[in-house]
Amino acid sequence: MRENLTQLSYVVAAVLFILGLRSLTRPDKARQGMQLAAIGMLVAVCGTLIHHEIVDYRWIAGGLVLGAIIGYPLGMWVPTTALPQRIAMSLSFGALAAVLVGVSEYYNALHGTAGVVLDVPHMAALGFEVLLGSLTVTGALVAFGKLQEVLPSRPLTFPGQNLANGLLLLIAFTLLVLVVVDPTRTSAFYGMIALAALLGVLMVIPIGGADMPVVVALLNSYCGLAAAATGFALGNSILIICGALDGASGFLLSILMSKAMNRSFSNVLFGAFGGGTPAAAVGAGGALPVRAISAEDAAIQLAYASRVIIVPGYGMAVAQAQHQVRELAELIEKRGGEVKYAIHPVAGRMPGHMNVLLAEANVPYDRLYDMDEINGEFPQTDVALVIGANDVVNPAAREDKSSPIYGMPILDVDRAKTVIVLKRGMAAGFAGIENMLFHAPATSMLFGDAKASLSKLVSEVKAA
Amino acid sequence: MLILELYIFVLAGFVGYMVITKVPPLLHTPLMSATNAISGISLVGSLVAAGSQRSTVATILGFVAVVCATTNVVGGFLITDRMLKMFKRDDPKAKLPAEPK
Repeated sequence: MRENLTQLSYVVAAVLFILGLRSLTRPDKARQGMQLAAIGMLVAVCGTLIHHEIVDYRWIAGGLVLGAIIGYPLGMWVPTTALPQRIAMSLSFGALAAVLVGVSEYYNALHGTAGVVLDVPHMAALGFEVLLGSLTVTGALVAFGKLQEVLPSRPLTFPGQNLANGLLLLIAFTLLVLVVVDPTRTSAFYGMIALAALLGVLMVIPIGGADMPVVVALLNSYCGLAAAATGFALGNSILIICGALDGASGFLLSILMSKAMNRSFSNVLFGAFGGGTPAAAVGAGGALPVRAISAEDAAIQLAYASRVIIVPGYGMAVAQAQHQVRELAELIEKRGGEVKYAIHPVAGRMPGHMNVLLAEANVPYDRLYDMDEINGEFPQTDVALVIGANDVVNPAAREDKSSPIYGMPILDVDRAKTVIVLKRGMAAGFAGIENMLFHAPATSMLFGDAKASLSKLVSEVKAA
Repeated sequence: MLILELYIFVLAGFVGYMVITKVPPLLHTPLMSATNAISGISLVGSLVAAGSQRSTVATILGFVAVVCATTNVVGGFLITDRMLKMFKRDDPKAKLPAEPK
């Protein structure tokens, strides 16, 4: 009876989760849908608490309370600019939970205190769970460190890196096979966990900041697969379902992100962008003309423009300038201009990051346009205002076959009548590639911190 | 039993793929935090590990797992809600076409 109730609660939860994810296809229904999903979670937890194996609730209560105390500030207080590292951290937590459950099941089974029977399929599932989980724990921690800039966000490479990683992976898999064949080989089991943890670090260390959207999405997928493997090991269907949903979502996002950079998975993971590529065009830039513009002149252009497209990039997030952007846009609109926002799929450090930042600043979401929707409009645009974006607006991706980013879909900012670029200095973008957009005759550069520059623009447009 | 579980996995993966391909890039960040919150379901495994008193090791590992998973569930759903609350239309009263692009 109890068992049936538990299973029933899982069915309810699965339905609510899928409906919740489905609601995310519509911004106006999304919030309600996700609240339903949260109720689904509550149902599943209550359904589990009546599980016949649970005899002691003290540790559970303590864990739930402590988790809620840690989770609340992570949900309510983390600023939207820090979302990528926040997601990376929670991936690490999620994977850690999977690993710990796996280890505890293994330990119990070995010491004959019931639980899972370690036959081949179950041991294989347990092995995959801790292998993927442990790799995700450390991989996500490194990603967190890079995004938080505790660790250098430039790719760190050493010769023979891919070979070393490949060997490590091979050894980890060999240990997995050994422990599946004979589950009593505890040193193989724990050795595998340690190797996977090391591998997680080594895999993410060589990946640079701008490639983080792909990595975070991929780790999301691993985390899901680890959860699904937990489900297989425990024979728990809701874990399998959620793991599959999570895995599919992460996988899909990482494909979308790779496509948006015109790079294959393997290229992102093993290519160490910027590290290995000979930066042929770098250095030539010093001699090229750059037209700097004052905030006053830029403000005049914006004030009298009838069509403006704003192109935000990571620089806007770093400067936390989204509120100033919206203020400027409102001023232009008040003067009769039309303002749209062009969002490149890999702008920022995680999928969709710019959209959240702008939504936070009260920019209505129907002004935010995807790359494909807006690219045709640049030729009719009076001013394209680029804020802290670089590689995603680099025309070399379209024109220069020798460029490392050739073929990457970009926003056709260079086709606008005039372009104003807000940038801190003339440093090359993340990929270390010269951007000819900055030297084009129609482009003016407004140097300085994005937030300060935008504030100046706002007061100048007001005065204009 | 294993075959049945494989069915569940494959079918759920399909459902996930079908649903998630329709999520517009606009909401990709909330999607990530939502799947993150949902994957906090590993809480149900952790609860059993922490509460079944099979061994001290398992209980302690289970306890830490409960803390981690609960953090994700609570933090994940809260931050998703916080984000989704921010997305507003130009004119909130206008009933505009529902279909996502």
